Amino acid sequence: MRSLERWGLLAGALAVVVVLPTLNALPPGSPLRVSDFTLNLFGKFLAYAILALGIDLIWGYTGVLSLGHGVFFGLGAYAMGMHLMLEIGTRSVYGNVLPDFMVWNQVTELPLFWKPFYSAPFTLLAVFVVPALFAYVFGYLTFRSRIRGVYFSIITQALALSMWLLFNRNAMNLGGTNGLSGFKSVFGFTLNSAATQRGLYIVTALCLCGAFLLCRWITRSPAGRVLIAIRDSENRVLFSGYSPAAFKVFVFVVSAVLAGVAGALYVPQVGIITPAKIGVLPSIEMIIWVAVGGRGTLLGPVVGALGVNWLQSLLTTHYPDLWLLVLGGMFVAVVLFFPDGAVGTVQKLIARMGPGAGVPEAGHPEEGRRAEEAKPPAEVPPIQAR
Amino acid sequence: MWRSLLLALALLPGLAAPAVAQSAGASPEAIAKHIADVASADSAVQEGAAVALGKTGDRKILPLLEALREGSVYVRSLPGGKKDTVIVGDKVSEGDKTLVPLFTPYGREPIAGPDGKPLLVDLSTLEEVSSGRSLRIAIRPLIDAFSGQTDLVNQDPAARRAAATKMAYTGDAATLKLLQDALPKETDRWVRFALEEGVALIRLRVGDPAERVIAAETLGRLRSANAMEPLYQIAGDPQAPPALAAAAQVAVKRIERWGLFTQAIEIAFQGLSLSSILLLMALGLAIVFGLMGVINMAHGELMALGAYATFLMQGWFATYFPGSFDYYFLVALPFSFLVSASAGFLLERGVIRFLYGRPLETLLLTWGVSLMIQQGLRLWFGAANVDVTSPRWLSGGIPVMIGVQLPYNRLFIIGLATVSVGAMYLLLFRTDWGLRIRAVTQNRGMAACLGVRARWVDAGTFALGAGLAGLAGGAITQIGNVGPELGQNYIVDSFMVVVTGGVGKLAGSILAAIGIGGLNKIIEPGMGAVFGKVLILVLVILFIQRRPSGLFATKGRYAES
Repeated sequence: MRSLERWGLLAGALAVVVVLPTLNALPPGSPLRVSDFTLNLFGKFLAYAILALGIDLIWGYTGVLSLGHGVFFGLGAYAMGMHLMLEIGTRSVYGNVLPDFMVWNQVTELPLFWKPFYSAPFTLLAVFVVPALFAYVFGYLTFRSRIRGVYFSIITQALALSMWLLFNRNAMNLGGTNGLSGFKSVFGFTLNSAATQRGLYIVTALCLCGAFLLCRWITRSPAGRVLIAIRDSENRVLFSGYSPAAFKVFVFVVSAVLAGVAGALYVPQVGIITPAKIGVLPSIEMIIWVAVGGRGTLLGPVVGALGVNWLQSLLTTHYPDLWLLVLGGMFVAVVLFFPDGAVGTVQKLIARMGPGAGVPEAGHPEEGRRAEEAKPPAEVPPIQAR
Repeated sequence: MWRSLLLALALLPGLAAPAVAQSAGASPEAIAKHIADVASADSAVQEGAAVALGKTGDRKILPLLEALREGSVYVRSLPGGKKDTVIVGDKVSEGDKTLVPLFTPYGREPIAGPDGKPLLVDLSTLEEVSSGRSLRIAIRPLIDAFSGQTDLVNQDPAARRAAATKMAYTGDAATLKLLQDALPKETDRWVRFALEEGVALIRLRVGDPAERVIAAETLGRLRSANAMEPLYQIAGDPQAPPALAAAAQVAVKRIERWGLFTQAIEIAFQGLSLSSILLLMALGLAIVFGLMGVINMAHGELMALGAYATFLMQGWFATYFPGSFDYYFLVALPFSFLVSASAGFLLERGVIRFLYGRPLETLLLTWGVSLMIQQGLRLWFGAANVDVTSPRWLSGGIPVMIGVQLPYNRLFIIGLATVSVGAMYLLLFRTDWGLRIRAVTQNRGMAACLGVRARWVDAGTFALGAGLAGLAGGAITQIGNVGPELGQNYIVDSFMVVVTGGVGKLAGSILAAIGIGGLNKIIEPGMGAVFGKVLILVLVILFIQRRPSGLFATKGRYAES
């Protein structure tokens, strides 16, 4: 059965990495051709899927709900965006070497923290290191003092709010509300050519495969077992001699890096990054991708990110007023009726049809706890009459 | 309001007495000549005549001056080549002609036609008296002096004060005399202050050198913020007499220092009222969190519901009881409490009770609900902010010090929060229901075993917390904007209060609300609202390092889950 699953995943990866771009490369007019627009849209969704994998790692597997992942996405995206901005050079509207918004804001000299982003290797490094460092400091401070559960969620939400406020400021020299846009090329390739976009798509798809394999490796390692144990009962892990804080910081950093990479892949494909992608609402929307797809499984977040975003792009073009209602309804429905998400529900159905068919990878996060609550505690001694 | 107006009218004759005494100097013939001159084509003659008329202090001249400013003074040709200056009234159209009633320039009495009825003449037969900009500027202080004369004896101290301040800006020697006359009769402290300030301001402008020095010193002693600008100019003017410049400099320093002090008080007061709103919000959140371990992300939207309920109540009062519109707010507050409390009750009974023991899921679910409420409000009321008018008894404020006025609306909110906290305290610690809430908070299973219906305690408490949010929403309409995103603006701050204050602790919530609300307002002027928010987040995270379970942690040894 394991091998069947493996073959299925391999087929899916091939379809995403090879088949779709090939169909896009077909001559125009061919009935099977995937349009540039669709491929670009799909590429954006795949970037989101990388982010969703990171959230699944920390929420689905470790049971820590972060409502601030938009920040890490934004850090990666802005790092990439700054490099692309500098790559424009004098091809900008004002023809100045400085980015347009700086000319507009009467900044005469490039701020110091922008200068290293001229270098492409530094930028690629920053995409990984900046979110990782930020997540390490934040995670160390919060997990060390045993902030957990809803406390952690609230603190991360406040983080998202304050970072959103900060990035909106013109004084930050990051483009203010309008963000970074108007990119011309990425590492020398012109952005508005179909071939570059196809290349970006393939890079994104490969990164997604890499992220998937990384998460699979982590969750199947002994450390992954500890993560699941933390989710199910943190105190028992603590009493068993492990340090939950260290594991949590580790997984928080990994998931932040995945979010940063997703942001860096998102920027050249979409062509703009604004603070609106950092705030409270986008951060919590990311959670619903994972919830709808199925947390605690690795396929779930990918399916959820693609499905929910596809629905969003469909709804916002046809019924813009409805989207927030549907989004809210999805939160309610998933929590009340499908706590396992799409993939989890399907896995359960398969498991029910034949014993031994399809092994759920990790089970439902709350399953252990609920079962624990249901049965009477064994260690309580029976009441005796004296 | 009407009564005070009537009274003012009744007082008019008495007030006009000094004016009449003054006008004794101007003979009727002189006045008639000035009136004729006002219509002159030569603007210098015109201005001179208008100022001379104003100087007479005769109240019957006021309508003419006002008409001059509005441009409704005309000249009509009488049979026999004589010219007559008249004031025209509101226009009436009849066919293609525009007819106007005529009034006398002195006293504005209707001019009757030969048939005894008010005379209506064709506007095109009249010749307009032009009133240029410089004339209008010259007339303004004259009119102000007249209206100020009336307002200075208005029964309402606020009106007297406003009149004195207004006259101080435009007044000349004649106004000075009016203010000085009013001073000994005045009993209200703040009007006296405005009068003294006005006298000194006018003296500073028009007095002789010795008087000006004294005026500058007086203004410094009064710490008059209104005098800042003229004093500053004198202090920096190289041509000013040295004694005056020195006095002005001393006064400016004094006023500046006082300004800093009053600013500090104002910030503290604003912080306190923001804290009150946060407290109302956080109280509900904290109690529900302590009781059920549930974080209600829709709490902000319940607050918005309360604000919109107040908006609706205002609309109903305006439509059905316009007479008692001012009292809508007293009905709206309990109404917003009820609306939000019912919404909270439905939310708890409808969905949250199925998620007991799963706090993270509840958080996501309530977030979904909040999105739906928010979008519902947007579709129903529109995305723009709605306009809530403050009742008249909440506008204005109590002056407590020179330059410091405590607005009634903020005082009201502070009072409301204090009363609510007091009521919550009594409810929690002095009633049976409060006993049950505390029992369930401490040990749900044990309380249930002893016959407490824990589920109903949950629902009731949740509704109560939601109602408090609704109350906060009703109160916020008086000091902030009401829009669909209202809840989002306060929710994160109120979570910070809950986190800092500790769960289900009244004292902790109060202290944390005051701390965070105050910090917000203290940091804002110096670093801007944005850095304020970021700094508070950093401070809260650092604080939690020291005290992970809030200001007032429950003492004892037990591990959760």
